[in-house]
Amino acid sequence: MKEIDLSINSDLVRTILTRFVHSEVTRTGLGRAVINLSGGLDSALVSYIVAEALGPENILALRLPYKTSSADSLDHAQLVIDALGIHSKTISISEMADGLINQDPGMSNVRKGNIMARCRMIVAYDQSESFKGLVIGTGNKTEVLLGYTTLYGDSACAINPIGDLYKTQVRQLSRALEVPPPIIEKAPSADLWTGQTDEGELGFTYEEVDKLLYLLVDQRYSPEECVGEGFKEEFVRSVVNRIRRNHFKRVMPPSAKVSSRTVPYDFLYMRDWGT
Amino acid sequence: MHLTIALAQINTQLGNPEANLDKHLACLRDARQNGADLILFPELSLTGYTLQDLVPSVATSTGRENPVFSRLMKESLEIDIVVGFVNEDIRHRFYIAAAYLSKGEIVHIHNKVYLPTYGLFDEKRFFSPGDRFRAFDTRWGRVGILICEDFWHASSPYLLWQDGADILLMTSASPGRGVTDEQLGSAKWVETINQTYAGLFTCFVAHTNRVGFEDGLNFWGGSTVFDPDGKLVVKAQNDIETLTYAHLDLAQLRRTRSRLPLLRDERPEIVLRELERIMENERNRPLH
Repeated sequence: MKEIDLSINSDLVRTILTRFVHSEVTRTGLGRAVINLSGGLDSALVSYIVAEALGPENILALRLPYKTSSADSLDHAQLVIDALGIHSKTISISEMADGLINQDPGMSNVRKGNIMARCRMIVAYDQSESFKGLVIGTGNKTEVLLGYTTLYGDSACAINPIGDLYKTQVRQLSRALEVPPPIIEKAPSADLWTGQTDEGELGFTYEEVDKLLYLLVDQRYSPEECVGEGFKEEFVRSVVNRIRRNHFKRVMPPSAKVSSRTVPYDFLYMRDWGT
Repeated sequence: MHLTIALAQINTQLGNPEANLDKHLACLRDARQNGADLILFPELSLTGYTLQDLVPSVATSTGRENPVFSRLMKESLEIDIVVGFVNEDIRHRFYIAAAYLSKGEIVHIHNKVYLPTYGLFDEKRFFSPGDRFRAFDTRWGRVGILICEDFWHASSPYLLWQDGADILLMTSASPGRGVTDEQLGSAKWVETINQTYAGLFTCFVAHTNRVGFEDGLNFWGGSTVFDPDGKLVVKAQNDIETLTYAHLDLAQLRRTRSRLPLLRDERPEIVLRELERIMENERNRPLH
């Protein structure tokens, strides 16, 4: 197997990401941010970056447990809140989620998980309005590429500081920013049902898939060339399919073009237009 | 003779020339107070970079009737100015352009020739390409301007050098990419080639890059001046808005070229003859 090094210059990335957050939040006219703090690593790292960019007094961390959420998730989120001195609120989503879940006793875990993710999105955007802060995203590049996310759920945000960092790189940067070790060391999990882990559900480890994604996406290797570098053909094929199948989560919904000018095909502006 | 250049490493508002003009005027004031003879603003300094469909609404003709330009021309009575803007020609083609203003006049306009349209770049979709590289005369000697991708092609500074330019003025709005090494990958590359041009062409190379973000694109700054020995004269701090001054002793050209007569020994007639042969071969190449 080819030696594939995903390590980054943590100081450089830290500078870019904090400047990005500061620029993209303040140019909207706001100076505050809301983060759904799950207790996992991605949202912990984002909290560290955003607190550094805007000041801890301008951050609201939301702990949004469902009744089956693990106690560890709440505890680990609290570690971050205490370490950074950011504002926090704990709001149960059990009632709002169960309002829908209880209407269908045979509901699958995936459906329940999607409902929870979307309930959390509703709370984050509601708190965004009352706290006058932008919702900051916490999806990493591995998730974005694999589509391992709930559309309009955990993927919903105003800006996403870590969307161009693979999970492996999130771990490296988290160590550099001194995110509490228990959060770095635990198995990644969406904690949508008891015992769920990302790597169990995906069927491979982040370390494996990040190396493959790095070759396929960053280095523009063909799938055949990845197999040539020692990745199993079946693994490569499944990842390539997954990237393609989930592209709908990465783009705006297409409109049927009937006029002479249509969003987004020929109505092209940056989000930062005018600022 | 000495020349003091101010590198105006600024952030810009996207599609807001009035706000950007105010920032230019503030920089001009500071630069004058600090004794600068020439100020170098980055690519598209009056408009912002990722303009897309904003291009026609921020484009400007370059006459005195244009209030932004006439104001800058007036300012140029006190200090020479290189400013970045969207140039609209009389047939309504739009160019990424840089103008050299001096003593109330437009001395030269360079329309960017190489429009990157790959990866994250989409310039050819929105702009027309320029079609020439020309050096021009200033009080400080003969000068040439290149805009960003222009100087990723080695032929561009070569042509300006052969056209008599001893000072190359480079402007860019270059988004950062590559975070595996000590320095940002794109920053290292740009710095390396500018240093190389200074050394190979035994001339001064001044470069201003902008700072700030447009959506997720990060402009890193890191503006530099290299002297005819390829030595770094000054480097602006990355990421921040700053006016950085370089005091250039233009007699260095003579000292360097006495030691290293690369300009004297250059054989442009061979370049021309061989290029003609190569182009001729290309024209005569069978289709399959």
